[in-house]
Amino acid sequence: MFNAVYRSIGGVGRRVREGVWTLGYAARFFVAVLLRSGDLLRRPGLVLRELYYVGVLSVIIILVSSLFVGMVLGLQGYETLKIYGSDSALGVLVALSLTRELGPVVAALLFASRAGTAITAEVGLMKTTEQLSAMEMMAVDPVARVVAPRFWAGVISMPLLAAMFSAAGIFGGYLVGVVLIGLDDGTFWSQMQAAVEWHHDVLNGIIKSAVFGVAVSVIALFEGFDAQPTAEGVALATTRTVVVSSLAILGLDFVLTAFMFKG
Amino acid sequence: MQRGILDFWVGLFVIGGIAALLFLAIKVSTINTISTANSYEVTADFDNIGGLKVRAPVKSAGVVVGRVAKISFDNNNFEAKVALRLDKRYQFPADTSASILTSGLLGEQYVALQPGGDTKNLANGSRIQITQSAVVLENLISQFIYNKAQDKGTSHATSP
Amino acid sequence: MVTDGNNLSDEYLVEIEGLHFAYGGRVVLKGINLRARRGQVVAIMGASGGGKTTLLRLIGGQLKPTAGRVRVAGKLVNELKRRDLYRLRRRMGMLFQFGALFTDMSVFDNVAFQLREHTDLPADMIRDLVLMKLNAVGLRGAAHLMPAELSGGMARRAALARAIALDPELMMYDEPFTGLDPISLGVAGNLIRKLTDTLGMTSLVVTHDVKESFAICDYVYIMANGVIAAEGRPEDIDKSDLPFVRQFVRGEIDGPVPFHLPAPDYAQALGLEQPHV
Repeated sequence: MFNAVYRSIGGVGRRVREGVWTLGYAARFFVAVLLRSGDLLRRPGLVLRELYYVGVLSVIIILVSSLFVGMVLGLQGYETLKIYGSDSALGVLVALSLTRELGPVVAALLFASRAGTAITAEVGLMKTTEQLSAMEMMAVDPVARVVAPRFWAGVISMPLLAAMFSAAGIFGGYLVGVVLIGLDDGTFWSQMQAAVEWHHDVLNGIIKSAVFGVAVSVIALFEGFDAQPTAEGVALATTRTVVVSSLAILGLDFVLTAFMFKG
Repeated sequence: MQRGILDFWVGLFVIGGIAALLFLAIKVSTINTISTANSYEVTADFDNIGGLKVRAPVKSAGVVVGRVAKISFDNNNFEAKVALRLDKRYQFPADTSASILTSGLLGEQYVALQPGGDTKNLANGSRIQITQSAVVLENLISQFIYNKAQDKGTSHATSP
Repeated sequence: MVTDGNNLSDEYLVEIEGLHFAYGGRVVLKGINLRARRGQVVAIMGASGGGKTTLLRLIGGQLKPTAGRVRVAGKLVNELKRRDLYRLRRRMGMLFQFGALFTDMSVFDNVAFQLREHTDLPADMIRDLVLMKLNAVGLRGAAHLMPAELSGGMARRAALARAIALDPELMMYDEPFTGLDPISLGVAGNLIRKLTDTLGMTSLVVTHDVKESFAICDYVYIMANGVIAAEGRPEDIDKSDLPFVRQFVRGEIDGPVPFHLPAPDYAQALGLEQPHV
């Protein structure tokens, strides 16, 4: 009995120790990535290539999802607002939900599962097949050559994808509200414009998405770089990328929202 | 993949992202922050501000002329002190009155300015003398019930 | 052994003294002493899982020893700063067991990789150099192929062309003979010998393939249990009386290295016999 309690408390302690160690290791990894990004200024082509794989290939899923999210918001919002006779505020509801929260958060979640997993699997496989070791032996730093370009591509892509998500979502809300339900076109846009503020609502959302971009990219790259060099290890790392980045996105969202919208 | 095609798609991606940002900036939102350089601040004391919030609009004749900058409690006269940041383009007479109104039955509250006839204008740091507090729904309802009860009381007394 | 530096460094490209290494708690190397003379092919042999690949990684500076010294071209690898280590690595080449070609690049780009990363040579000169290296390994015709389209033996030759792209002084081969058909086997052995002689390199070959390595190497180290069990020229090793060396070289099934890992009594494990209490 005593032994079981002793062991389980010890287990908790060990988890905490390992967690703290991993966190410290990840932080050092992050700093190393930043410090060794200097070469990219001379070779922007490396980032450009990753922008294609990380950013361009995520556009379709972002646009399709956001269109649906916006249309659902339009339908649900209309049903609720109608009860209070304020269905003219539908545009406001859709736009504020998207620019402040759904745009950055859902785009980041999609980004983590689309681009994040691809990054982890790719880097993890490069490690498994000794490509990273080979690069090191050829006197090329894998952090500078493989990790840094993917990191910056992620950081650049995320705000652009979030902006696309919000814009396409608002268009989806417009399709449902104005085209389908038949609300007044002018009221829809003018109410929206009166209530949504560039700095407070839109820019803060973009800042959020940039922070998410940093978090997801670092997590995905770290998991790949730190993966056990086996097929199972890479699979596990890929799963962890989705779980850890999703939690990080939602946690960071709470913190950022508390700071940005407390007024 | 061919370098040219890659460049093309990435270029398209970046242009698309910036276009989305522009759409959000121009069509969806307004840049409302009035810079201190192009504005002046006046204060007004209210008995009760109801649900007025910082950043609520200040309107005159229905046109937005400024924003609520700060709300604080004045411990000397036990009133709410509301700072209004007004656009410099709009000047108001010194005897302008301020009232807190509600847009729609349950909508957001805003400050309405009713210009007076003074020849002097409000300047930075001026205080608006004449104010009308927010209408609190509970007060309104209790007043209504009280009046009704009084009506009934008097009719009972006089009927026989 | 004389450790007084300079003359030795000239004669030997790689010098290892008292090298210890452990993965966590598992001790892999327990005091390795090894030298590789310039211009020679030196084979490091031993059973699988005996720490041979670890030894190569220590020489390349990818791992840090727990004790001992690794010296390459007179420089102490285990004490070099990052920048100096990377500079030294440009003079080394390593052929990994499965090639480790970059899967997202063609064979041509793989071989051109180091040239593009470390030199400012114009594109047409890089092209000539790459084709020369590919020609040396007989794969000029495969320049445009992706690594996934190559067979195992071809992938390893392409990786070899990549490793020698900058004409390294030291080439390390990690199990170059594993999993090759007899023809490729002969080709690989010949290539190592030919490249070492024509490019003036020094080669370290980690392998457990006795026949192929004895045919091409100048000197042999045999590792067992984390130490060097025997060393000498191939013909001397072949005649050695040491029981372990005999077992290893002849490929006998049982000997000092037992066929069975230490385990409880077989009959007992199968439940045929009650454990002795």
